[in-house]
Amino acid sequence: MSKNDVAILGAGMHPWGKWGRNFAEYGVFAIKAAMKDAGLEWKDVDFIVGGDTMRNGYPGYVAGATFAKAMGWTGVPIASCYAACATGAHAIEIARTRILAGMADVVVVAGADTTPKGFLAPNKGERTLDPDWLRFRLLGATNPTYFGLYAQRRMDLYGATEQDFAHIKVKNSKHGAANPNARYKKVFTEEEVLASPLVAAPLRLFEICATSDGGAAVVLTSMEFAKKHGVKNPVRVSAVSTVSPTFPNTTIDMPDFSTDSAAGIPAPDRSFKDSISYAAYQEAGIGPEDLDLAEVYDLSSALELDWYENIGLCKPGDAEKLLRDGDTTIGGRIPVNASGGLGCFGEAVPAQAIAQVCELTWQLRGQAGERQVDGAKAGITANQGLFGHGSSVLCTR
Amino acid sequence: MSKKRVPAMEGWLNMDESDPRLLGYLDESSGSYFFPKDVAISHAPGHADAEFKEVALSNRGKLWSYTTNHYKPPEPYISPDPFEPYTVAAVELTEERMIILGQLADGVDPKDIEVGQDMELVFGTLYEDEENEYIVWKWKPVAA
Repeated sequence: MSKNDVAILGAGMHPWGKWGRNFAEYGVFAIKAAMKDAGLEWKDVDFIVGGDTMRNGYPGYVAGATFAKAMGWTGVPIASCYAACATGAHAIEIARTRILAGMADVVVVAGADTTPKGFLAPNKGERTLDPDWLRFRLLGATNPTYFGLYAQRRMDLYGATEQDFAHIKVKNSKHGAANPNARYKKVFTEEEVLASPLVAAPLRLFEICATSDGGAAVVLTSMEFAKKHGVKNPVRVSAVSTVSPTFPNTTIDMPDFSTDSAAGIPAPDRSFKDSISYAAYQEAGIGPEDLDLAEVYDLSSALELDWYENIGLCKPGDAEKLLRDGDTTIGGRIPVNASGGLGCFGEAVPAQAIAQVCELTWQLRGQAGERQVDGAKAGITANQGLFGHGSSVLCTR
Repeated sequence: MSKKRVPAMEGWLNMDESDPRLLGYLDESSGSYFFPKDVAISHAPGHADAEFKEVALSNRGKLWSYTTNHYKPPEPYISPDPFEPYTVAAVELTEERMIILGQLADGVDPKDIEVGQDMELVFGTLYEDEENEYIVWKWKPVAA
């Protein structure tokens, strides 16, 4: 057991979909499910962290308060945080550090979103100092544009094929078909994926994740509290990484026009994306060879291949082989996105990184049903939030 | 009468049609370049007090990657009607060692380009109204 362990006593989700209701409803649904899973009462909670959503007005910016009010004010301290796609991991980090500091025993972390249809778009108005606005105006650089750039580079550098990208979608659709919380449960064939229209070449419609409504929550406690509560061997959060880039960051990231320049100061040995899971491995004292599964952010099918390398499952350029050999399919050496990933969920931004941790919790308890990874004892989540937010949670049991 | 050619973003382009350049910042104390000016708001660590000098960035680099968008983006993108697919290229400037995104120059077929090839910066029209053509930088393969 690492000195930084905290227990995950409860996990809960509201199914992903396009429900069109108030985001707070999904958050409350997930919190209730997580509380029930933990066998705890709302009065037992002594800290609440909400992952913010930018698309639901003021209640979304103060999600901690919104959820606390919706569950019933009890006077406990609250926090809200936003870190784009990394919001959930940052919320978990706030909860964990509060527990490790001895200032709380039982913390609820929740995130939920209600999303509009179509491309994510910048805020309205003539926002000429906002890089997010400018990239749409001057370049037409949508989010899939960046995914397309990464995918094309894999093809030209490593010989990735359109079939590989489709294969990821097919694999994850098979995983997610057995997940009651997934939005898309259809099992795709490679032909169907390759027949869908190009969005950002070489990526096609079925290879780019949608935006979804959904909510996820976890109940974190101190290890001592878990023991007193009668849970001898809980799933643990053994490490959380919320690292930011080191200058110069030389990979083009959303929503930027340019990277840092490496003309004066040389690029760091580890790229930003490589550094995210590295920090988690360092903290937990285990490495990628010790993992049984991983949940990574497949905003596009091709991006999953980049993550295999970024989290150390293989060397750069070997991800396609790992995929083709079936290593990352359930039943293989190191299943990736056993939940079905974003391909089956669509992204509900502030909930997604928490949902990844819910999946690891159920997998490590052996409660994942048909998508169970046999004997799973250690897993990692990895993700990156735009504007430089690392996100990785390493769970063990 | 031909329309007036004005930069789509004031201060980002040198507007010299014979030697088209992007205008960026150089922090001489760290040797680091920054683009876009005033928007990037980035510094090398330990150099947050550095004075930036406006410089014309070099206009040659290697193609890092590219992608063609087949769906009309949301506003504020100003799309031709009917919408036409367009290609976004990422080019790493050789001298400044930084990647800069730009649309692919008009008339270049993305089927004819590949990662690693030499590219140069040109000016092109992003959109136009009654009076003006709004100019941005675009990337074009260096003629063999």
